[in-house]
Amino acid sequence: MTTEHDKKEPDTTGHVWDGIREYDNPMPRWWLWTFYITIIWGIGYTIARPAWPLIEGATPGISGYSTRAEVAKDIEAVNEANAGATQELASIELALLSGNSELQQYAVNAGAAIFRANCSQCHGSGAAGVQASGYPNLLDDDWLWGGAIDDIAYTITHGIRNEQSPDSRWSQMPAFGEILSEEEIAAAVNYVRSISDQEHDAALAAQGAEIYLEQCSACHGEAGMGDPTIGAPNLVDAIWLYGGSEEHLTETITYSRFGVMPAWGEEYRPGGGGLDQAEINAVAAYVHQLGGGE
Amino acid sequence: MGILDKHKYIETNATLLLVGSLLVVTVGGIVEIAPLFYLENTIEDVDGMRPYSPLELTGREIYIREGCYVCHSQMIRPMRDEVERYGHYSLAAESQYDHPFQWGSKRTGPDLARVGGRYSDDWHVDHFSDPQSVVPESIMPKYAFLKTEIIKPEYITDLMQAHQMVGVPYTDEMIEAAEDDFRAQADPDSDFDGLLERYPGAQVRNFDSETGISEMDALIAYMQMLGTLVDFSTFTPEQSR
Repeated sequence: MTTEHDKKEPDTTGHVWDGIREYDNPMPRWWLWTFYITIIWGIGYTIARPAWPLIEGATPGISGYSTRAEVAKDIEAVNEANAGATQELASIELALLSGNSELQQYAVNAGAAIFRANCSQCHGSGAAGVQASGYPNLLDDDWLWGGAIDDIAYTITHGIRNEQSPDSRWSQMPAFGEILSEEEIAAAVNYVRSISDQEHDAALAAQGAEIYLEQCSACHGEAGMGDPTIGAPNLVDAIWLYGGSEEHLTETITYSRFGVMPAWGEEYRPGGGGLDQAEINAVAAYVHQLGGGE
Repeated sequence: MGILDKHKYIETNATLLLVGSLLVVTVGGIVEIAPLFYLENTIEDVDGMRPYSPLELTGREIYIREGCYVCHSQMIRPMRDEVERYGHYSLAAESQYDHPFQWGSKRTGPDLARVGGRYSDDWHVDHFSDPQSVVPESIMPKYAFLKTEIIKPEYITDLMQAHQMVGVPYTDEMIEAAEDDFRAQADPDSDFDGLLERYPGAQVRNFDSETGISEMDALIAYMQMLGTLVDFSTFTPEQSR
């Protein structure tokens, strides 16, 4: 069907190539108007936002936007939203935390994030530690320095064998290579393997019992149960920080071992990077509920 | 009638069209790039920033050689989640002595802009030698060979002169002392006062606990410095930048 519209012959651009002419149709209206609007929007945008470079600095824009202010505002907003819980967490008696399930849940979630950022480097993202390097497993119920939530919080705040906190956990096992002969050490190793229910030489173990009583029992206890108040490990629970094989035990007894953990209390980290009381309580709550908390 | 009628002339001369296009693109480039070199708010003056010490610079070369930037970024963006995970967002000034910069564009591994001091040297040695021994879920390749590659500072002056040429303010004194500083930083028994004077805050240790200066020493020295130069307890970033 022919309409009036079709009959109208549009203008051409005047170019002719091999008899082919080019129509000079106008742009579609919707396109043209969209184009004009983007220009207007663009001008408005450069007025509102930081844009044009001048002599000293760029125009700041009337909306006062800056990425730095934005991130500060974001952080502020989240801190403010959590202010109540954070404050409560910072001041709560940790032993009572399990009675406040809402706050505990908050603490465990916050603690998990803090753990991943600050603790997983050594203890592993699953908190299983790395035995070959002496990074303790936090999932089991064997604790060098006590597994009550207060003990955990103390260890996190002050760390172990560091110079940062004067109150850091500090235990020192002598390097028995300087005190005992190789035979005596071998005997002690076999005795320790006997009380931890591992394969051992019964004759050597009997000999080692005496050495153990004399040299080791003061800290590790007569029954080898250790003492978490002085950081002496339990020797009978089949959980080993540095390995329970003859080879590892011989090395441990001969040279002793000194694992370290930094103090995380912010007062011990003047350069930054420390945790505040609420954060320490949160991560203590997280570690405590991982499985081994007492 | 006006310039618009001349377009046929431009369109039918390919060379002229190319030259014309180049001119137009150049204008765009100048407007976008040139101001960054003179605007005050793109050049933030931050206390603590200093050129890298010779050993750190060598470690940085190893970082580039091994392609660490392919999987690791060095750029904490100003977003809450990044700031909470990695620490204070990166400042432009913190990469002012980087030639080329190591911002990276992909995080297969974590950002390293503030990795300094987060891990112990021992951890780094374990991790470079066999990453899975300390991070079981890691897919990072092993770099155990770094420990046995003993390096000498034979090219360090050339390297520092090259950096000096592109604008890093190494003084002649620094370049002269480069070889000594290189050795001093990995040897806590040496006389390293000069090193500390030239490079304040440089960490002097035997990083890999082995005799001799290996690539491991250099790379760990670089790692432990990353992100630690600016003291954020005294620095307040200007909000308007």
